Amino acid sequence: MDRWFFRLLAASFWLAASGVALAIAPEQIKPLAEDDFDAKAQALEQIITAGDEVAKRILEALRDERLYANKAGQILIQDGESYHDALTGALVESKTDDLQSIELNNVLREKVATGLAGLQLIAPNRSVRAQAIQTLLRSGDPVLKPLIEKARSSETDSALRAELDQLWASTALRDPDPQRRKEAVGVIEQRHDPQMRLVLVPLLGKQSDGTFTESDPAVRQRVEQALASLEREEAEIQFVGTLFAGVSLGSILLLAALGLAITYGLIGVINMAHGEFLMIGAYATYCVQNLFITYWPGAFDWYLLAAVPVSFLAAAIVGLILERSVIRLLYGRPLETLLATFGVSLILIEAVRTKFGAQNVQVSNPRWMSGGITVLPELILPFNRIVIIGFALVVVLITWLVIQRTRLGLYIRAVTQNRRMAACVGIRTWQIDCYAFAFGAGIAGLGGCALSQVSNVGPDLGQSYIIDSFMAVVLGGVGQLIGTIVGALGLGVLSKLIEPFWGAVLAKIAILVLIVLFIQKRPQGLFALKGRSVEV
Amino acid sequence: MSVAVSKAPVTFSLPIRQRLFGRTEWIAFGLVVGIVLAATPICSLAVPFSSPFYLSTYALTLVGKIMCYALVALSLDLVWGYCGVLSLGHGLFFALGGYAMGMYLMRSIGLDGVYHSPLPDFMVFLDWKALPWFWQGSEHFLYALLLIIIVPGAVAWTFGFFTFRSRVKGVYLSIMTQAMTFAAMLLFYRNETGFGGNNGFTDFKRILGFPIAAPGTRVCLFLLTFLVLAGSFLLCRFLVKSKLGRVVTAIRDTESRLMFLGYNPLGYKLFVWTLSAVLCGIAGALYVPQVGIINPSEMSPTNSIEMAIWVAVGGRGTLLGPILGAFLVNGAKSFLTVSFAEYWLFFLGAVFVIVPIYLPRGVIGLFRSTRK
Repeated sequence: MDRWFFRLLAASFWLAASGVALAIAPEQIKPLAEDDFDAKAQALEQIITAGDEVAKRILEALRDERLYANKAGQILIQDGESYHDALTGALVESKTDDLQSIELNNVLREKVATGLAGLQLIAPNRSVRAQAIQTLLRSGDPVLKPLIEKARSSETDSALRAELDQLWASTALRDPDPQRRKEAVGVIEQRHDPQMRLVLVPLLGKQSDGTFTESDPAVRQRVEQALASLEREEAEIQFVGTLFAGVSLGSILLLAALGLAITYGLIGVINMAHGEFLMIGAYATYCVQNLFITYWPGAFDWYLLAAVPVSFLAAAIVGLILERSVIRLLYGRPLETLLATFGVSLILIEAVRTKFGAQNVQVSNPRWMSGGITVLPELILPFNRIVIIGFALVVVLITWLVIQRTRLGLYIRAVTQNRRMAACVGIRTWQIDCYAFAFGAGIAGLGGCALSQVSNVGPDLGQSYIIDSFMAVVLGGVGQLIGTIVGALGLGVLSKLIEPFWGAVLAKIAILVLIVLFIQKRPQGLFALKGRSVEV
Repeated sequence: MSVAVSKAPVTFSLPIRQRLFGRTEWIAFGLVVGIVLAATPICSLAVPFSSPFYLSTYALTLVGKIMCYALVALSLDLVWGYCGVLSLGHGLFFALGGYAMGMYLMRSIGLDGVYHSPLPDFMVFLDWKALPWFWQGSEHFLYALLLIIIVPGAVAWTFGFFTFRSRVKGVYLSIMTQAMTFAAMLLFYRNETGFGGNNGFTDFKRILGFPIAAPGTRVCLFLLTFLVLAGSFLLCRFLVKSKLGRVVTAIRDTESRLMFLGYNPLGYKLFVWTLSAVLCGIAGALYVPQVGIINPSEMSPTNSIEMAIWVAVGGRGTLLGPILGAFLVNGAKSFLTVSFAEYWLFFLGAVFVIVPIYLPRGVIGLFRSTRK
């Protein structure tokens, strides 16, 4: 008797202490014990709306299947071996046989999870709050509105505040007050997230009885306005993304076309094996990567730094051999050089296929190159592409310095302008050809190294880029660096601009037609060397 | 006028027209044509299976195929050997002719296709309801013949007009032709363009009502190909010996000097270029019924470059050489891809490198130099 009394006292004490004057009434949670799931759902909503410590305890118990009802209809929480009253927390002596566990279906379980996440919105730990917001963004139950509003007023972290705004807006869109709905639309518009269009579009639709989902015309107008602005933004984002993809493609074309333009300007031959220098550069990168994995795994992230000079040298040496052994023997016969270098390309591809296998090999990005900059939720610029664009810029700069500021460059320019005259003033033209060819091949090797970071590395890697880089040379004209740069970047951007409308294939064809039409006007390309020499 | 230096009036005239062949050459030509025309039907139809002279269908198809290639090489020699235009896009014209013929063959199987529909199988497969406009009428043989000639010709003329007019030449032009066939290949690979996608056209059953796989039909196709090849050879020979041929050769040697003399090379180039494309299209049309398939890989840039090497191996600017070259290279290909498959590409690559350097005048050049 004594004990009983004491416990009762303690319970009433606890009751008074937890205060809030019993936010959840016993009759409110009673339906949980019944069989009617609708009634259960209603009870759950009331618990969630209360949103206090008691509610949290009940929800957690529900989640862990620790909630029971006894014969008297009292709801109890199991705690180890003992049972407490769900509302008061008082210990209740019960026999297991008298208890009936409270069953939930999936819909209710979802509600419980949502409610718990809603309660976590005001948790002191930031990461818990962030997690809760993410969970709720996916479900968005209108029941949570009071919780979200409470959290929104107390949130201090600006990033989380922005996400809470979104969360609030998606629930406030169903608010009875049109002013609130309008405000919500405004908040959504401020998010600049094209995904949010999915939330807005249904508001303009009609229900089955012919009335608008959104009854207030003023709000509808606001929604239309927001949708238009979101669409404009999306178009802008897409444009920037396309531009970026184009520049990225163009920078690879540029690396491939630079060497081609130099040798074409100098010797007047087109080297069909030029694409294979890309391939050699890529495979050199692959080999360096494997060496690092085997002998120096700790420094793996920096293997690219070693791969850059190796791929340059590998391609340059092959280029040197090619120039000395084949191209030099065919001077003055450009068409036959075309065929012979094509033969070389066949042999190189086949040799690589025999050595490394016909399958693509795996070249992985170093860790610092994976990921990207999130400019906007919809626009991520991958680091590897950014690095490649930067790399191409550096290579162009170096090439420019070599051509404009070194003696070799001076000779190259002289021989390009007038071979005989250059020979007359004492330039060893054959030596210049040799160096320039190796240099151009080396640049292509660098292109291959860059390419290995963004695409597959296989024996016929070069084939897919070679025609495009020829086109870049044709477009840009020969003899001036700027022509190649404009040609390659222009081609890259142009093809990416056309692609969304016509698809990749028609874009290629359209570009070819454009080039054919373009050379009607300017057969020498965009930037031709000015001179008075005439071909005879 | 009064200061005439010479008493005799100065006349400019071309030397009298050269004869097509000398007497021995005519006899040799006639002998070859006669022997082939007489021996093929006998050896493949009349001679018993066990005889060493028996010509199997496989051999007939192989040689027939190579004769089509020889026709391609001949047409390529006309533009490259005599006009100095190295086309790396003749595969396109070949395939265009082939596709025109292929569609006729597809249509002529009637309702015997897999789906028993009047539409070609691939169109049923793609759930098309009607023929696209450009294939209308392709069930008529004569119309197909017209397409075979007109389509490659029109494509070549258009491309040639724009490139020759802006005086694109040399390697630039070669690259443009290569890009042309590459772009066309991409187009034909698409399913929605109406050319059968990856698989192209295949599963032919009849030509003009005759079963296409029957030995008799095969022999006819073979002889037809041979006659077309021989006729084209005569035609090309006639052209290069004519005045037009001389102008064209002059374009090859120094175009600018010819222009200073008052000629406009555009028309000459266009004529030779278009004629070459048409011959190539005919070769494709003869190729398809014998091989039984046409697909976009025929347009791949690699294929077109290989055509150039046939000409180079045989000796360009000789007409006979490229025919020989086509037989040599493709014979080697048939042999090597069967016995040493992994070395074939090495071998081909080596041919590409060695022939221009050490055999600039091709195999024919070897004979000619020894005769001198």
